[in-house]
Amino acid sequence: MAATKKSLESYCAPRFGGRRCWSASPGVSSRTLSALRALCSGAHQIAFARDALKRFLFGLVFVVSPVVNAAVLPEERADTLYHSYSGGGVTIDGPSILVRKNIGNTVSLSANYYVDMISGASIDVQATASRYTEQRDEFSLGADYLVDKTTMSLNYTNSSENDYQAETVGFGISQDFFGDLSTLSMRATYGSDDVMRNGDENFLEHAEHRRYSLGWSQILTTKLIAELSVETVSDEGFLNNPYRSVRYLDPNSGTGFSYQAELYPSTRNSDAVALRAKYMLPYRAAVKTEYRRYADSWGIEADNLEFRYTHPLESENLILEGKLRFYKQDGADFYSDLFPYVNATNFRARDKELSDFSSTAIGLGVAYQVPERWALFNRKNTLNFYWDYILFDYENFHDVRVHQGGDSSYLPGEEPAYSFNAHVVRAFWSMWF
Amino acid sequence: MIKRVLLLLPALLLLGGCESIMPEPWVKPYERHYLADPIMSFERDPVAAGFMNHVYEAREAARGAEGGSGGGCGCN
Repeated sequence: MAATKKSLESYCAPRFGGRRCWSASPGVSSRTLSALRALCSGAHQIAFARDALKRFLFGLVFVVSPVVNAAVLPEERADTLYHSYSGGGVTIDGPSILVRKNIGNTVSLSANYYVDMISGASIDVQATASRYTEQRDEFSLGADYLVDKTTMSLNYTNSSENDYQAETVGFGISQDFFGDLSTLSMRATYGSDDVMRNGDENFLEHAEHRRYSLGWSQILTTKLIAELSVETVSDEGFLNNPYRSVRYLDPNSGTGFSYQAELYPSTRNSDAVALRAKYMLPYRAAVKTEYRRYADSWGIEADNLEFRYTHPLESENLILEGKLRFYKQDGADFYSDLFPYVNATNFRARDKELSDFSSTAIGLGVAYQVPERWALFNRKNTLNFYWDYILFDYENFHDVRVHQGGDSSYLPGEEPAYSFNAHVVRAFWSMWF
Repeated sequence: MIKRVLLLLPALLLLGGCESIMPEPWVKPYERHYLADPIMSFERDPVAAGFMNHVYEAREAARGAEGGSGGGCGCN
C-alpha cells in the first residue's frame, strides 16, 4: 500500500515542480524564496520530523476516508416509493416520488414529494390524550451544478402539517482531488419552523435550525472505499412538543402522580461523527460497516453501529441485502420518568426519545431488475422491497398504562419499563432515464 | 512545547509538499471496475435511504453525519 519514494516524487513533480518547485515559480517574491530556502537548508535537521509527518499523513489518509467517483452528476432516475412504519400503536405511511433530470452535462435538477400519513395512538397519546390522524406533506427542489471536479448544490424543502410548518434551504459544495481518489464535501442548511398547537389558536412559536456538515470520502484500495462525516447542528427557539407532558409525584392524585407540560431549553447544539466503509468481497458481494458517535449540549450521548451485506444473484437479476443495526443512547440531563414534585427542575422532559434506551434492527431487502422485454419505455427498471424490524428497549421510560384499569399494584415509578417493536417497509419502483 | 510544534507544523507541511511527501494516487482509473459496481455504492437508492434516516431521526435523539442521504427531516 505504501508508495515508493520514486512514485511520491513523480506525483509531486508535475504539480509542484519537483523538489525545487518554488525556484521555478515566478509569482513568489524573493523574500519568500529566501525564507523557503532557509527552511530547506535546515531540512536535514528536521528530516526525522518530516518522516514522522509522512507516516502521519499516510495514516490519516487510511483512517479517515470516503468514496466518491470522479465528479459526475447524479444518475437521472425516477423513484416511486411506498413507505410504512408501524409500531408502538402508531402507523405512518405514504408515498414519496423523486425525479432527477439533467440539463446538458453540467446541471442536474431534482424534485421530491413526500407524504407522512399518521394514525393511531402512541403510548404518550394513550396516557394523556386521544387518538388522532394527521398528515405531513413535504416538497423538495434541488439543483446541482458541475464544473470540472467541483459540484455545487442548492436545495429547498417545505414541510407542512396542520400544526407545524418548516422551510429549509441548503447549499453544498464538493471537490474531487488526489487523482479522483478523494472527495471533500461541505454543506450548510438553515431551517425555520413555525410551531402551532391544535385547539389553541393563540399558540405560535418559532424555531431555527442550522446544520453544518463536512465529508471526506476516499478510495483506499481497488476494493475498499470509506467515508468520514462530521456534522454539527444548532437549534434555537421552541424545541419541545407542545402536546407532551411530564409526570410528577402528587399525593393528591388517585394514581399518585399528575402531569404538567414539558419544558425544554431554547438552544441545543450537537456534534456527530461517522465513519463508514464498504468492501468488495473476493466474489461479487459487498459488506458495509458504519459507526457513528453523537453528543449534544443536553447531555445526550449516543452510538450506533451498522453492518450490511449485499449479494447479487446475477442469473436471477436480483440483489439481496441484509442489515444489522445497533443503537444506544444516554438520555438528556433534564429527562425524568417521574419528577419528585411539580416544577421540580428548570427544564423537564418525559419524551421517550430523550430517555436512556437502545434499539436493535434487522433488515432484509431485495431489488429485482426487470428484464428488457418487460422494461417500461425500454429503460432500466427495478422493483425493490425492503423490510426492517426494530426493537426499542427503554431503560427509564415506564409504561404508565398499567394504571389505566385501576390497577394499583404498581407504585409510581415502579411500573415495568416500556418496550415495543416496529416494522418498516419500503417498496419502490425505480426507472433510469 | 506545543507552541513550538504548532509553529513548526506549517513549515513542515510546506517543505514536505515541495519535497514530495504526499503519496501518489495508488488506485488508477483503470483499476476501479470493482468500485464502479452499483453494489459498492454506500446508498444505491437515495429516496429509500432518505426515508430510513427520517425514521431513525424521528425516534432517536442522535442526528447528523448520515452522509449523502442526510439533511434533517423538517418535522417534529
